[in-house]
Amino acid sequence: MHSGLDASRDGRNLFSLVGPQLVLPGNQLSLIADNTLLMEDIPSIRVRDLSRQFGQVNAIQNVNFTVNQGEVVGFLGPNGAGKSTTMRILSGIMSASSGSAWVGGISVAQNPHEVKRKIGYMPENNPLPDDMRVVEYLRFRARLKEVPGRKLRETVQEAMEICDLARTARRKIIGTLSKGFRQRVGIADALLGSPEVIIMDEPTIGLDPHQIQGIRKLIDNLRGKLTVILSSHILPEIERCCDRVIVINRGRIVAAGTSQELRDEFLPGNRFTIEVKGSAEMVGLALNEGGIDAAIIEQIAGNGSQKLVIRIESETLDGSDLISCLSKRSEFSLMSLSRSVPTLEEIFLAATKRSWEETIDKKPVIQEAEDSKHEETTA
Amino acid sequence: MLFISPSTYVAGVLFLCLMGFLYWAILRTSVNASSDILPSVQFFSIFWIPVFFVVPLLTMRSIAGERSSGTLDTLMTTPTSRVSVVFSKFAGAYIFYILLWGLTLGFPLLTQKLFPHAAEAGALLDTASITGSFIFLAVSGVLFISIGILASSITRSQLVAGMLCFSTLFVVIVGGQQLGNLAETGGQLSGWLNATVNYLQIFEHLDDFSRGIIDTRPFFYYVSTGLLLLGISSLVIEAKA
Repeated sequence: MHSGLDASRDGRNLFSLVGPQLVLPGNQLSLIADNTLLMEDIPSIRVRDLSRQFGQVNAIQNVNFTVNQGEVVGFLGPNGAGKSTTMRILSGIMSASSGSAWVGGISVAQNPHEVKRKIGYMPENNPLPDDMRVVEYLRFRARLKEVPGRKLRETVQEAMEICDLARTARRKIIGTLSKGFRQRVGIADALLGSPEVIIMDEPTIGLDPHQIQGIRKLIDNLRGKLTVILSSHILPEIERCCDRVIVINRGRIVAAGTSQELRDEFLPGNRFTIEVKGSAEMVGLALNEGGIDAAIIEQIAGNGSQKLVIRIESETLDGSDLISCLSKRSEFSLMSLSRSVPTLEEIFLAATKRSWEETIDKKPVIQEAEDSKHEETTA
Repeated sequence: MLFISPSTYVAGVLFLCLMGFLYWAILRTSVNASSDILPSVQFFSIFWIPVFFVVPLLTMRSIAGERSSGTLDTLMTTPTSRVSVVFSKFAGAYIFYILLWGLTLGFPLLTQKLFPHAAEAGALLDTASITGSFIFLAVSGVLFISIGILASSITRSQLVAGMLCFSTLFVVIVGGQQLGNLAETGGQLSGWLNATVNYLQIFEHLDDFSRGIIDTRPFFYYVSTGLLLLGISSLVIEAKA
């Protein structure tokens, strides 16, 4: 706790030197570049041993992670894993049972008011008042976020332009907007008041592919300027948007890193998908005889041919070795061969499976951590 | 939020219709049977009828609505304190409440304008009693609205908040009077208990105020209890966020 206090003091001093930073795109970029050296010293978000209990249920347990300036980080986990809880603690709505969290070097527990100035938060399901107009709502939110009166109009306009609301939905009543537009209003709101960190809980939930792509572009625009944390259980989304992925399962972090790092950790080796005609059973034998250490992971029977997914431990082997080895045999003929890169989905399944196996003996963990959290907060 | 939501205006229109009707009824009876009590005093002595439905309607949405729609969460992530959230909710409802009462001044004004001869000079617009009654309404409003805000802060259902507010108001307004009646019939209460019961007599406060007697004790009662309730509401929000 003590070191946290020191860190927060340092943080505040540094930031007072840095002054206003990280305003929306364009003109402020150079300012950010000048200060990179100063800012790099403090991670945007640092979380140490964070735990939160709801009665008997551990929503999160000893969560540790760090997010650097300008990173886009994805929180990944099944329902009830503790993603929302972590985000709510970071944004200061909820207090942690133990552990500490710092945002921009400032402790969330000790100085929640200051932390809230640095955070733009978009909660799960993106609640908005249905009776207000978009521009009214955003002006109201900007005033709440202490945007000075003379910059109000400009700030709101900028946020609306980034989210593509300025022309289309400016004067519309929020209750009449489609889901995609509502989501954009939520993101525009999170951008107001030039926050340092943006936390979005399931920003793409319920959107159609076009809208998801729009939001992905939006997040790409923010990359490098703001620190973005977003949660999702839509895996391709996270993989495309995020620099780094943190996988949470049952309240613990089970994996963290770039998707390449996670691949190396959880699904090492090269993978190939081959299609053969004839007796597929001989493929394994053929590979063994050819001196290739390979394992068949999956076998899919197709129309006349069979698809096999094989894993090869050796990193140096490539497709040509396989082709030369497999084309020698007469029992089957090789139709196609392609290298397959494991998707985040596979990594996620592997990571959560491993963590389940690790925790399964320790104690019966109650599944509905997230649900009971809602009950707890609302009861 | 209060001023853009339709339910506010529904409450306002209902209030003005009801009060207009009551004022008309009072005028009718005073024409038929002359009474010593001024129509304006009679009018303000039925303040509890609108309070019972306007205050719950105005306040039940304030925090419970935000909580159930989830906007309370987004409000809590802005650098605004809980206390200022509660007080601004209170201020919105309170200002509207006073505004509604202010509009009822239009009734005597209209009557005087339309029937200048019928209305005896001064009888309709007796400055002293109207000022006194308004001070009473403004001060008692602090307590009534804070009851509504507290009721709204402890639940996420607007309906529950409304019912809670209504029943608490009922206990506070009618309960005080009933306690007073009990004390009179019993007549055996010790001194301090009697004083306490008298202290809670909202109708007596109104009588005093409308006669132009402005006492500091009711002031203290309404304002301190109101502030206490608002303080509790901000603690509730803090704990239940």
